[in-house]
Amino acid sequence: MAILLTGQTPVLIQGITGRIAGFHASEMVAYGTHLVGGVTPGRGGEFVLGRPVFDTVRDAVAQTGAQASIVFVPPAFAADSIMEAADAGIRYCVCITDGIPVQDMMRVKRYLRRYRADRKMRLTGPNCAGTISPGQALLGIMPGHIYLPGRIGIVGRSGTLGYEAAAQLKSLGLGVSTSVGIGGDPVNGSSFADILELFEPDDATDAVVLIGEIGGPQEAQAAAYVQENMSKPVVAYIAGLAAPRGRKMGHAGAIVSTAGESAREKTEILRAAGITVAPDPSSLGETVASVLRAQGLAAAVG
Amino acid sequence: MDIHEYQAKEILARFGVPVPRGGLAYSPEQASYQAKQLGGTAWVVKAQVHAGGRGEAGGVRVCRSDHEVADFALSLLGRTLVTRQSAPGGKLIGRLYVEEAVDIARELYFGIVLDRAAERIRVIASALGGIEIEELAAASPEAIRQVIIEPAVGFLEFQARQLAFDIGLPLELAARAGAVFRSAYRAVRDLDATMLEINPLAITREGELLALDAKVSFDDNALFRHPEIAELRDRSQEDPRESNAHDRGLAYVGLDGQIGCMINGAGLAMATLDMIELAGGRPANFLDIGGGASPERVLTAFRAVLEDGNVSVMLVNIFAGINRCDWVAQGIVDAFSELEVGIPVVVRLAGTNVRKGREIIRASGLPIVMADTLADAAAKAVAATRQAAPDGTAAPAPA
Repeated sequence: MAILLTGQTPVLIQGITGRIAGFHASEMVAYGTHLVGGVTPGRGGEFVLGRPVFDTVRDAVAQTGAQASIVFVPPAFAADSIMEAADAGIRYCVCITDGIPVQDMMRVKRYLRRYRADRKMRLTGPNCAGTISPGQALLGIMPGHIYLPGRIGIVGRSGTLGYEAAAQLKSLGLGVSTSVGIGGDPVNGSSFADILELFEPDDATDAVVLIGEIGGPQEAQAAAYVQENMSKPVVAYIAGLAAPRGRKMGHAGAIVSTAGESAREKTEILRAAGITVAPDPSSLGETVASVLRAQGLAAAVG
Repeated sequence: MDIHEYQAKEILARFGVPVPRGGLAYSPEQASYQAKQLGGTAWVVKAQVHAGGRGEAGGVRVCRSDHEVADFALSLLGRTLVTRQSAPGGKLIGRLYVEEAVDIARELYFGIVLDRAAERIRVIASALGGIEIEELAAASPEAIRQVIIEPAVGFLEFQARQLAFDIGLPLELAARAGAVFRSAYRAVRDLDATMLEINPLAITREGELLALDAKVSFDDNALFRHPEIAELRDRSQEDPRESNAHDRGLAYVGLDGQIGCMINGAGLAMATLDMIELAGGRPANFLDIGGGASPERVLTAFRAVLEDGNVSVMLVNIFAGINRCDWVAQGIVDAFSELEVGIPVVVRLAGTNVRKGREIIRASGLPIVMADTLADAAAKAVAATRQAAPDGTAAPAPA
């Protein structure tokens, strides 16, 4: 198994008729993702990659039985698309879109709380690279070939730094169970702790790599979660040691605005919670390998 | 995006928050004219820059004649103001705001921020105004009262009233203060502001509430639906390196080192800067070229990095997912023919089409230093700074 996504998960693409979505649709299908259709209002009845396009998510779910969706809708309309997916009964939604107004995301978070736990949609992103369960399915924009199937979970804000981690693991013969991007925005669908909570009971995952960055409280929340609830080892890196206070470093959420939000402070908080923090971003893979060796888990890996 | 105090006050006034009367001036003559227009016997002349701490930096003064207004304006306009919150180079003073002076009985604090833990808007008030909220939080945290706004129903009347009572306002003021609080909240909500601060919110001797200072920041991601706010951007308050990069659609943050950086992805870019510092170097900038970068975009980014005269070495670090290493490599090769590069360039390519990319660079015969890993790239870039003087000429290598 893996978390959130397997080769059997039926998937929809929201905004499938766009140029970028079309490119990634073929990449996802080539990787093995079970793509069952797409949604673009006004384009119902068309086909993309042999899959039907619908005007509404509700129709798409009724006709295809889709359980997951990936949103490639432009920022002005993306929040609305996420809420449409939640209303239509989609269980897991990845939002790739970068540039959604933060108040729109606050509204989305409020809206998602309307549903009882057994019907509530899980959201990851926005402004993320998506989720991949290597060897099974890809619901995102990452290059599939850099991930070796294996038993390490990855959760991170950044896409490319996640690639860096996966490639370092691969070069050491270490593979990934599922890699989840939670995105670089200040208000996001799932936090680090939300995803750690899924990795902890997952029998396909032995250890988790957490890749955080400056800004916001979610790394500190993750540290508290790990200390209280996790038995599996967690290895972390916090990007942005060199970032000046008060400046936004590319991601809308990557800004140190209050105490505890700098990379140095977050690193200390994680260490204090018993999490192994890699000394630099180039030794993430090595750090994971040494933690696994220390735990006697090396044989179970690769 | 930040705006000036006078612009923030215009917006607040539109939403029903009382502000002092005032006028804008670009010259000493305009400043004294504005004072005469306002009438009265005392005026506050305030430098309009995007940085807090203007008062203690000498950017604000109470003047008691129109000559004094003009003299003070002359001393401010055209120079830079260095404040506790500004970059070390300071901010250019191009505009002044001349306001009627007010008789203050009490100063309150009022602010609205995005609370990332609650994922909601948080409204903050205190009976102790006129000092920085960070100082207040450290000195008297119990004096700060707060309320979280439920987005589905907004800032309710009782919440605003409670907040007013919480900070010790008497009944007759509490109702008016509550209305002011809710007006400010509506401005934040309707205009997609991410921060609003009225400090101080004054109670005058006549018992009126007045926003004496105001600061508002807006969500860059929401400017598309507020063109009238986007127009308030003042380029003179930005680092020119950042303005130029911004105009070219690049995510760029200017720093003060020598190693110019061009990277894809914000996280990898931050990690690369970290790696440079850990290797003993200093990055000159943060630059994310984004996804799907064409050779032209790479060339544009190259130009933006090289425009910083402090850059003595360039580091390119690409982990291509939706990018293509061959396009990036072509952009780098093009940069050498289109621009006066003249400094060492270290390139690390990984991911999509990496073989093609490396081949393009090898075939070009250009003196580009190739690196295999993030650590290798940072080490080679730092080593190159030790062999290059800032003007690009060779300097003796350290023993």
